[in-house]
Amino acid sequence: MSTDTTQIEKLIDGELSWEELRNDVLPDPKDPDRFETTRQILQEKVEFDEPILVPLNDHLFAVGTEDGRVVKGECGHEFGPLADNWKEYCKVRVREDESEMRELYPENMTPEPDWQFQLREFFCPECFTLIDVDAVPAGYPVLKPFDPDIDAFYEEWEDRTPPDRE
Amino acid sequence: MSKPADTSDRTERNFEQVDPPIGWDGQTLYEMLEQSERQTEETGRYCGLDELEMKAEEPFEYEQLFSQLRGALVSARETALHVSASPIVREIGELCFQVYTPEGDCVALSTGIIVHVHTGSLAIKYMIEEDYEHDRGIQPGDIFCNNDNDLGNVHTTDVHTIVPIFEDGELIAWVDGVTHQVDIGGMTRGHDQLASTTRFEDGLYATCEKIGENDKIYQDWRDRCQRSVRTPMYWDLDEKCRLAGCHMIREAIKEMVDDVGADRFKQFMREAVEEGRQTLHSRVEERLFPGTYRDSSFMPVPFEDEAWKPQAKQDMLNHLPVEVEIDADGGIEFDMEGASPPGPHAYNCAEGAMEGGLWVSLTQCLLHDGKVNDGSYLAVDTNYPEGSIVNPQDPSLSYHTSWGSLMPTYNAFWKNVSRGFFARGFREEVVTGYSETGDPLQGGGKYEVTDEYFPVSPFEHSCQGLGASAVRDGLDHGYAMWNPESDMGDVEEWELIEWGLPFLARQMKPDTAGHGKYRGGSGWEGIRMVNNSADVSLYKHVVPGVGFTTSGMSGGYPNATNYSLRAHDTDIQERFENRDPYPVGDSPSGEFDEHIDGDIRRSEKGLYFPEEYENYDLVHYQMGGGPGYGDPLDRPVEKIKEDVEEGIYTPETVESVYGVVGEFDEDDREFTVDEDATERARDRLMEERREEAVDYEEFYESERERVSEGDVSEPAQWMYEGVFDISEEWAESFRDFWELPAEFTFEE
Repeated sequence: MSTDTTQIEKLIDGELSWEELRNDVLPDPKDPDRFETTRQILQEKVEFDEPILVPLNDHLFAVGTEDGRVVKGECGHEFGPLADNWKEYCKVRVREDESEMRELYPENMTPEPDWQFQLREFFCPECFTLIDVDAVPAGYPVLKPFDPDIDAFYEEWEDRTPPDRE
Repeated sequence: MSKPADTSDRTERNFEQVDPPIGWDGQTLYEMLEQSERQTEETGRYCGLDELEMKAEEPFEYEQLFSQLRGALVSARETALHVSASPIVREIGELCFQVYTPEGDCVALSTGIIVHVHTGSLAIKYMIEEDYEHDRGIQPGDIFCNNDNDLGNVHTTDVHTIVPIFEDGELIAWVDGVTHQVDIGGMTRGHDQLASTTRFEDGLYATCEKIGENDKIYQDWRDRCQRSVRTPMYWDLDEKCRLAGCHMIREAIKEMVDDVGADRFKQFMREAVEEGRQTLHSRVEERLFPGTYRDSSFMPVPFEDEAWKPQAKQDMLNHLPVEVEIDADGGIEFDMEGASPPGPHAYNCAEGAMEGGLWVSLTQCLLHDGKVNDGSYLAVDTNYPEGSIVNPQDPSLSYHTSWGSLMPTYNAFWKNVSRGFFARGFREEVVTGYSETGDPLQGGGKYEVTDEYFPVSPFEHSCQGLGASAVRDGLDHGYAMWNPESDMGDVEEWELIEWGLPFLARQMKPDTAGHGKYRGGSGWEGIRMVNNSADVSLYKHVVPGVGFTTSGMSGGYPNATNYSLRAHDTDIQERFENRDPYPVGDSPSGEFDEHIDGDIRRSEKGLYFPEEYENYDLVHYQMGGGPGYGDPLDRPVEKIKEDVEEGIYTPETVESVYGVVGEFDEDDREFTVDEDATERARDRLMEERREEAVDYEEFYESERERVSEGDVSEPAQWMYEGVFDISEEWAESFRDFWELPAEFTFEE
């Protein structure tokens, strides 16, 4: 299908109707330009000018800067080099006690406290957007969810130079 | 018990037999399998196919053959299910048919429980590798049966009937039909046993067994099965259903071969598998992003106070990590290094079942059209560590409820793949996972009116909450990961066989859906009452219970945990007589107790082992919601208003989590938002984030100190120590992460 930029903007903003989603966006074949269209729309939305290389989640992006590839939030806050785990640059709130869980879930629908399950909430230190929540037992390491191979994508799959090296 | 001794000698096998080989072109099946695997390994293409000649040169004939085959499979399923008397098969459609090459590679399949496609493949390959062609014999009209998980099955109550299809003395293809049984014998009633700890408690096993010839099932097999299960009538009709479907497909294939000739049909089968493999590769490059993805799921097993067998009386926590690597060539590697060891429970999962779970996941997220077959399996490199819970290589274990490991695992896989979709801009394909289909109710009893046994195995759990995507909320109460055609079934249909357990209620269960900018799909709850029955025992097994099994994505939260609730010695008879209210739910928690007097038992475990029930006892059960996506404070207020009005969330929850304040008129089901109070509440939630969150370093040091002092829960220690024992690689990564000494253990 061909690219409809307005439709992708609505898709990103969660404003696409079910009819458009079902008829135009979900079916195959997919729009081959979706990545670049999405990247450019996101670039307009963020508070920085350095090129977005790939979106990592709802509020995080791999970005090319003069100091190398880093992770940035929508507000522009920097979460360290792309090679690092961006979670290590977050503010963290841990819910483990039943009273803390009960702020989210009703009685009987929270973990058994003796099992020491945690909700680790990772916030942007600048705008305090909630970026990720890990539900893990106490003592579990903090995983890095995604290590993108940016050069392989641009050079081998898209046959072009990554935007930060143009 | 270790694996049985391998009595075959493949390297020196003597193929000089009286009967000619039954494979293609004068080969034995074993020679065909060996050649196929070698060619695929050497070239990376199925059977070394250089190009899809038939597809290129005769595309209409090629596509017509696939459509005919697919049509024959779907038609056989839709027809044969009427032979069955079990609502699990007839109403819910817990059956599937699939056609395989002589080597056991799936070419096409029907709709239904398609998770079995690759398990049937493994069973056929086992028979080939064990030289059934010469030892046991494979002849036209033969019927084979398998439900041995270690050889190719998901869990014990799934039973395969496998029929070879011959053409002019050659085995041209295999057809396999699988149904899910109401009961398979075993130490307790039910189709997903909780109490079983070894194979010897699982029930009836057929180990790739010849069960008939000349299209007729052996008398001794039929008698053995009739006497080995609690529901012989259902068993008999399910078996006839599978066999009838296989024979319908056999006839359809014979007609296709008559039309196009055996050689064309053979070429078509090969090309269809290779096309499936190629399609997956192209989908990866089209929709994902190269790189490494990581996630983990957990399976809490709270058995210390519940289990019957001494070795199982402990609280255990199983670790199910999933790392996915998408390489520059579009290949997928799936790695579960660090998975827990197997244990004295029914959640052990054979490698073939895990491969089935991967396959059913791929066909829903990446390969939902085109040639859906074993080609997609061939496109993925997997590591299910040998000796772990996801590949025990030990037939003596219990595999009765292998879903307990399989389903959490693929939540982690789906999130990993979803990160790839998101990176690529295909937000509509993101799915944060799903609520796992634990069994809300199992058991059985004797109906006093007819003096007959009735099983309790409702498949209502095939309607769970689906996780959110990155553009919309998850599907409410309508999803099961193992059967994309999920259906909860009509109440009346279940009451037709579960005579002694009429329904009192089914309703939406508020606050089950995982929070987020896009919420997970909602779960629901039901209540049933024991009536006119004797010798009733029921049990429950729903996850997550004592702890989370999965997370949300991108700031979304996991779905709420489940719990157990039942009432014995109740006053419901008097309530009926006096026309007083009786429980129709437990929302909010505790509401159930307001409408019934009796011995009410609640547990956050989400499970209990078989318990006796008397007439007028009540059992409550629930299905979970799906995980959420995105920061809940990004969810529009108007959506939250709808959530309250539709019963997805309570007003208390939307205020506490989303900061939306208002008045709810329950009679008119109208929620009026107080905009000023909402603004203040949202500001307060944001302020709490600022005040309560700490620097990562502070979090890390606090957790590190806790780990180094061994101050984590006993089940978590059980998990870490178990993984340390079988994976030095994962142990090293754990110690490195927490900067612990190389000799660190929790066992001090």
